[in-house]
Amino acid sequence: MDITPHLPALQVVVPLLAAPLVLLLRPRGLAWAGATSVAVLSFCIALSMAVDVAQGAHFRYAMGGWEAPYGIELSIGAFSALVLLIVSGAAAFSLLAARHSVDRQIEDERQPLFYAAWLLALAGLAGIAVSADAFNIFVFMEISSLASYVLIAGGPDRRALPSVFKYLIMGTIGATFYLIGIGLVYMMTGTLNLADMEARIGDVTDVKPIMVAAGFITIGLALKAAVFPLHVWLPNAYTHAPHMITVFLAACATKVAIYVLIRFDFFVFQANLPGHHLQFSFFLLPLALLGILVASAVAMFEGNLKRLLATSSVAQIGYIILGASFLTEAGLTASAVHLFNHALAKGGLFLAVACLACHYRDLRLDQLAGAARNMPLTAAAMVVSGFSLIGIPGTAGFISKWLLISAALDEGPYAWVLVAIILASSLMALVYIWRILETLYFRPAMTAPEQPGEAPLPLLGVTLIVALANIGFGLFPQFPLSLSSAAAELLLRHTL
Amino acid sequence: MNLLELLGYFNYWVFAIILTVGLYTVIAKVNLVKKLIGLSIFQSAVFLMYITMDKVEGGTAPIIQKGMEDQVFSNPLPQVLILTAIVVGVSTLALGLAIVVRIKERYGTIEEDEILDAD
Repeated sequence: MDITPHLPALQVVVPLLAAPLVLLLRPRGLAWAGATSVAVLSFCIALSMAVDVAQGAHFRYAMGGWEAPYGIELSIGAFSALVLLIVSGAAAFSLLAARHSVDRQIEDERQPLFYAAWLLALAGLAGIAVSADAFNIFVFMEISSLASYVLIAGGPDRRALPSVFKYLIMGTIGATFYLIGIGLVYMMTGTLNLADMEARIGDVTDVKPIMVAAGFITIGLALKAAVFPLHVWLPNAYTHAPHMITVFLAACATKVAIYVLIRFDFFVFQANLPGHHLQFSFFLLPLALLGILVASAVAMFEGNLKRLLATSSVAQIGYIILGASFLTEAGLTASAVHLFNHALAKGGLFLAVACLACHYRDLRLDQLAGAARNMPLTAAAMVVSGFSLIGIPGTAGFISKWLLISAALDEGPYAWVLVAIILASSLMALVYIWRILETLYFRPAMTAPEQPGEAPLPLLGVTLIVALANIGFGLFPQFPLSLSSAAAELLLRHTL
Repeated sequence: MNLLELLGYFNYWVFAIILTVGLYTVIAKVNLVKKLIGLSIFQSAVFLMYITMDKVEGGTAPIIQKGMEDQVFSNPLPQVLILTAIVVGVSTLALGLAIVVRIKERYGTIEEDEILDAD
């Protein structure tokens, strides 16, 4: 039997069904092995679809045999395939590395529950990427959010609890705004299928409710995506979460919300609402620029290693939104590539943090002085991923910075301002990454590590693989690049 | 817009008012349980909006029976959607309350300002 046409459904169904089964796996090693094999399997599914999509295929799947627009449609084009690759890749690699770190941070009897929540988060995030139905996206968004609240609050740090409460409040407000938006669109068009919506919005005579809906949806998703200044939940939640959960969520959670935001605004609204594209960039471009500058500046003075990296995520989200708000093919390509490259760089950095956390309880920078002498390989991985975050040539981050700057140069008379801001924030990234490296390499050791030597082999191995991937995709960026430019072409098909 | 038109949108006015009341409660209260109550009110407003838009005057449940083929039916889809959204809302509330219980265990208080002072 050929299962290729069923891959879009399997992408969600496999982790969703596996989650309750993992609960039953009692010895905790077994629960980890079960969850990891499911995540690796779903990474293989995403990879095989991405390879097909890169060659021009487009997966469409009618759930239960009910054709769209009556039934729920799953649809995987270049953009969704790229996001699926990021989500399932982040889950697979973080779970492969997770065992030791989770053993230290989560009580034995809670571990099956923890891994089950992890798989639910994966299923929800993958569901957002495959679904072509606006309401279905809402349900998957809430599945992934509820699961990630549980994951973040699961650690031993009590400060995680107030942070996750704030995240829950802001996340729910964001999701409810999105729900109001699709309710208004449904009221005017009578459909929930995104492609059908796009076709029918043009026939609506009174566009005011649609404009309101566009506002609600954009703000709701910007809250979920932590676009500056709606990002206040992010630094605390990522700082106090268990280390491996920070790796997983930092690599993919906000990116999926950005994906829905871009997809909704470009597919559904821009083709049909006169002037919507100008409002989109008028509103989001200043926020993106402010986010890039403010978050990078805050990160320069941050003392806690995890919070420093989490704050820098807000700036990186700014780059992605900046590229999208240029409304050009070059800008959108840069945005999509940066989704992928930032997941690699930030994933690599947080993996290295998880390695350090094995032997250093306190992750404030001054407590980590001289750690490179104790853990040379971890520190080397930190160097490579950090360079990729700054955008040093030869790493993946360089590709997206280069594309973003070349896209900015086409932006008319004020292009130099945009380029100056991107370069200034890259310099600030250089400063805060350098602060980490200086502490690790050149300061005399303050505190002795709990144990000498490197982190356990699986964790260290995955960290090094991700660091090498940063170089690999910097030298050979063809695959993510071809998916990204196909995605940009798809998003702009109305205006081209 | 005259008075009759205003009254014609009665349900939508109520929706807007409940929505704002809920959002205000979430932002203004420092007690975490009160914040969650506000969040619940905020979500209930959206349920009202969905239920309002599917109502057709004189419409009944969409069940086709012999001899009743010409009936006017209310749109069942928003009702189904909002049933799902209610379930999502209940789970969010349950999880939120569970987190508040854990906060009380670890901090001994559920007032936001006291929690901020404790760390």
